[in-house]
Amino acid sequence: MISSDWLLSSEPASRRQAAWGRRYQAWLAFRRNPLAVAGLAVALAMLLMAVFAPLLATHDPGAQNLANRLQPPSAAHWFGTDELGRDVWTRILYGARITLGMVVAVVLLVAPVGLLVGCAAGYAGGWLDRILMRVTDVFLAFPRLILALAFVAAMKPGVESAVAAIALTAWPPYARLARAETLRIRDADFIAAVRMAGASPWRIVLRHVAPVCIPSLIVRVTLDMSSIILTAAGLGFLGLGAQPPLPEWGTMIATARRFILDQWWVPVIPGIAIFLASLSFNLLGDGLRDVLDPKQR
Amino acid sequence: MLPTVTRRALLATGTAAGAATAFLAPGIGPATAQSPPGVIVMAKQIDDITSLDPAEAFEYTGTEIIGNVYRKLVTTPNDDPARLVGDLAESWATSDNRIFTFTLKAGAKFASGAPVTAEDAAFSLRRAAILNKSPAFIINQFGFTRDNAEARIRATDARTLVLECAAPTSPSFLYYCLSAAVGSIVEKAVVMARAQGDDLGNGWLKQNSAGGGAYVLRQWRASESVMLDANPNADPAPRTRRIIIRHMLDSSAQLLGLQRGDIDIARNLVADQINALRSDSRFRVMPQRKASLMYLSLSQRHPALARPEVRQAIKLAIDYEGIQRNIVSTTYAVHQAFLPEGLPGALTEKPFAQRQEEARALLRQAGFPNGLEVALDYSSGAPISDIAQAIQAQLGAVGIRLRMVAGEMRQVITKTRARQHEMAIVRWGSDYFDPHSNAEAFSMNPDNGDNARNRTLAWRASWEIPDLTARTAAAVTDTDGARRVATYQALQREHQQVSPFVILLQEIEVAVTRANVTGLELGPMSDRTSFSGIVKA
Amino acid sequence: MRLKALGATLVTVPITLFGLVLVTFLIGRVVPIDPVLAIVGDRAPQEVVERARLELGLDRPLIEQFLRFVVQIASGDLGRSVMTANPVTQDIARFFPATFELATVAIILASLVGVPLGVLAAVRQGGWLDQSVRLFCLAGHSLPVFVLGLLSLLLFYAKLGWAPGPGRQGIAYEDMVDVRTGVLTVDALLAGDWGAFWDALAHLAQPAGVLAFFSLAYIARMARAFMLAELSSEYVTTARAKGLSETRIIWRHAFRNIAVPLVTVLVLTYAGLLEGAVLTETIFSWPGLGQYLTVSLLNADMNAVLGATLVVGLIYVVLNLFADLLYRLLDPRVR
Repeated sequence: MISSDWLLSSEPASRRQAAWGRRYQAWLAFRRNPLAVAGLAVALAMLLMAVFAPLLATHDPGAQNLANRLQPPSAAHWFGTDELGRDVWTRILYGARITLGMVVAVVLLVAPVGLLVGCAAGYAGGWLDRILMRVTDVFLAFPRLILALAFVAAMKPGVESAVAAIALTAWPPYARLARAETLRIRDADFIAAVRMAGASPWRIVLRHVAPVCIPSLIVRVTLDMSSIILTAAGLGFLGLGAQPPLPEWGTMIATARRFILDQWWVPVIPGIAIFLASLSFNLLGDGLRDVLDPKQR
Repeated sequence: MLPTVTRRALLATGTAAGAATAFLAPGIGPATAQSPPGVIVMAKQIDDITSLDPAEAFEYTGTEIIGNVYRKLVTTPNDDPARLVGDLAESWATSDNRIFTFTLKAGAKFASGAPVTAEDAAFSLRRAAILNKSPAFIINQFGFTRDNAEARIRATDARTLVLECAAPTSPSFLYYCLSAAVGSIVEKAVVMARAQGDDLGNGWLKQNSAGGGAYVLRQWRASESVMLDANPNADPAPRTRRIIIRHMLDSSAQLLGLQRGDIDIARNLVADQINALRSDSRFRVMPQRKASLMYLSLSQRHPALARPEVRQAIKLAIDYEGIQRNIVSTTYAVHQAFLPEGLPGALTEKPFAQRQEEARALLRQAGFPNGLEVALDYSSGAPISDIAQAIQAQLGAVGIRLRMVAGEMRQVITKTRARQHEMAIVRWGSDYFDPHSNAEAFSMNPDNGDNARNRTLAWRASWEIPDLTARTAAAVTDTDGARRVATYQALQREHQQVSPFVILLQEIEVAVTRANVTGLELGPMSDRTSFSGIVKA
Repeated sequence: MRLKALGATLVTVPITLFGLVLVTFLIGRVVPIDPVLAIVGDRAPQEVVERARLELGLDRPLIEQFLRFVVQIASGDLGRSVMTANPVTQDIARFFPATFELATVAIILASLVGVPLGVLAAVRQGGWLDQSVRLFCLAGHSLPVFVLGLLSLLLFYAKLGWAPGPGRQGIAYEDMVDVRTGVLTVDALLAGDWGAFWDALAHLAQPAGVLAFFSLAYIARMARAFMLAELSSEYVTTARAKGLSETRIIWRHAFRNIAVPLVTVLVLTYAGLLEGAVLTETIFSWPGLGQYLTVSLLNADMNAVLGATLVVGLIYVVLNLFADLLYRLLDPRVR
């Protein structure tokens, strides 16, 4: 039933067929961009690594061996050992869970909040718009890392507060974006039609306005993923990120940076992991943007 | 007038110009980036300085600078820290252990050229007592207050200073206290000329100097640099015209600068970096034991930690040697008593080593056959975070599961001061060069109530010890030096076994210099670190 | 109409700033670090601690503390920092020029490289040049900036010796040029001291380069996007049909049209850089606002934190306003 003919039909028989057709065409366009495909492949590979970490790992991520610290890569330790003699390969694998988990958590926090604030402000207008936008402005005007830092210091350092802190600094642009999109379609005919049919404002925002904003939001999210990883690493650098013994990549690189001159592989390996993850998300986001968000190309 | 290093003299070496040219014409090859002659460049984390007024400064870097800018009445030489020698004082005496008389050396001068008089000395000590800032208690514990300082600290003639204590005291205790940074002698006329209201010149002296030490403070820029110029009236004259201390937070950056020769002395390298440099003939590695301890504080409010068997089990579960050898081989030494090595009365016995079976047995005996869970507060920088993780693994092996609570260093201190921790890794530096400093902190707790006036480390751990407190207090007034030392050693032996403190390590400060730099003298206390002999070949 | 909109925007500035102060104040009070510690240290006796607490007014109700602070700010007094022992305004006057200098050089570098790269990528859309530009720019944005900084020091300072090490100026020039603006390069020029000027510039090269590399991705990406939109517009097709040379079309016609939105992008990036880049500043021992803010925050030095945040916020708001204005007044397409 699902064939490329069905998908590419210029006269779709149903809404579903039309929707799938659009997606398929987007995929075709996406596939033409080799870098984006590479990004997707690396991102997927990392996801799989995270999921299957216990199967792929060669050691216990927390097992210390003080007598065997800072060893170079070898057959026993593929990526060497860290400052407490733990296996770096294993920690990179388990770290993928934490780092990617943090990214997902931030996204899950930020995107709905930004979407809701932006859509509500844009659709309602008036005082609600003004209040929400002032709040957004305040958070935008804040030095970002400082806000995150203050927040983490106020809670206690750790993965949860790092996620919350990064989310706190990351939502305003989403609100702005969603608001701009909402303003663009607020007076469109189909919204007017829904309104005439008696839909409540909440229903309109949630069912009709928000979905329209989602593509540009997805693009933004994908492009932001690398910033999230990097901010987490920055918090780690200042001692306030995920806390050891958790093998979060940013924290690993931050705590191991003092070895960069003599035992360079200890910081460089998580560095490569971060680099690959960021790069793949960036390439993926760039590719998605070309496809999903043609006006912004 | 103060000598200024002229620009021309510095440029004559062409180094800076060389660096600039090299930057403009990449490919020519490495620039000859050497620090200029006659100037020593030291890299150090200096963001702990909040004041350079000797009556106020109480942190490591601040007191170190004060030690080089001011002189005291008496001091201890670094090669034999137990011996008391005169600095500005020529002789000192007491007949009743209450009234002390100091005779000043003739001919000592301030940087301004004015002679140092007994009135300057009296003014300096009175000033510290009256301002009553953080370190003032070192002086005030002899009974001086804002109201009686005028009468009890007085100059009877140009070279004679008389101190009248409230009660008889051990003379060595008083002398050691006067050798602390807070006992620095400032020039009265200069300071009072800058006084604002009743601040006794504190506002000005925070960032300027009026002393007679080897150097004068030319400039302090917070979180950036400290610049010291040679004091033209210093005796003996320092061997280097100018010392620039640059704030460099990152240890790798310090190491790179040292290797390139832009920096002559690096002060904050980490253990592994130092290890790598030890066999390199281009550098000189200088270790010095500091009067600074790293220890675990076990709050006695925690019902399990209040059990003596549990405390003992923790002391027996830790692999002190392993931690020291592998994580901090060059920067800490194993030490297990509350007086750090180098201080009079220090106990070097190490009764504890890892004995896991014994530890498990003690836990069973205390009624925790399945182990227990405790929260550990620690600050998140290296090496403490590494040590905390190692301790977590080692305690975990005997069944004590640690919940790790990382925080910024000041966060951890705030928490222990508020008695809100269960277990915490903290560092403690002695306030002055006398056993009482640490003895008071670790084994006195006169009032265990929440509103106590004297909040010692024992108070922070909620450790109620009326008997130990009384015996520790009695040691101060013992005027027999040898007996006093023996008392402290006995106190430490007992303390090791019963206290809720697991003393882990003693800090070894390590400075790494370029091979052509000699004469830096690190002291057991920050204010004993001396720059005056530093010279670059 | 346009002026009215501007007026409305201007009114929001003080509100935003007030919100900023309020949030900063609240955060400062929640951070579990005792502000007194920074003043008296860990070892001071209890009475000294309590006196310091009284002097800071920490015993008063929160709302009173806040109102006092607002009144104080309104009179232009940001109070005194306990860490540096200086008035906060004086500290900012010292730390901000360092950040300003770094951010300015970084944004200049980033635009000089990023804009042409973006335009080129657009012209060669989909080709290998486009892909390489994308990869290059994204690479800069995919590494933590402190790693980038350390690697740069390792390569350009330690191995090759092309650039000077951390710090703002060479030891030979320390304290040698009169401080007038606080911007070392400018001060050196004002003093007519070329040696000091080149020295300051050489010290800027690495940190500014790292920041620029980090900002490159966004700038090039936006330049590419604007250019693509422009190249697909009708007048370009017409111009091509008329046989105008491609170079002429791109740089004379299309680029002129994307200049304004591009400038707004640059201004916003610049605003971000002026916040102070804590991590870069730490690696390069650069005494900038970012470090000042971080150290103050971690010592609960609240006057300093509030003052510096306010200044950063103000700059951000003003630059935003400027970008907005520029866009409204100059962009032909908005009309």
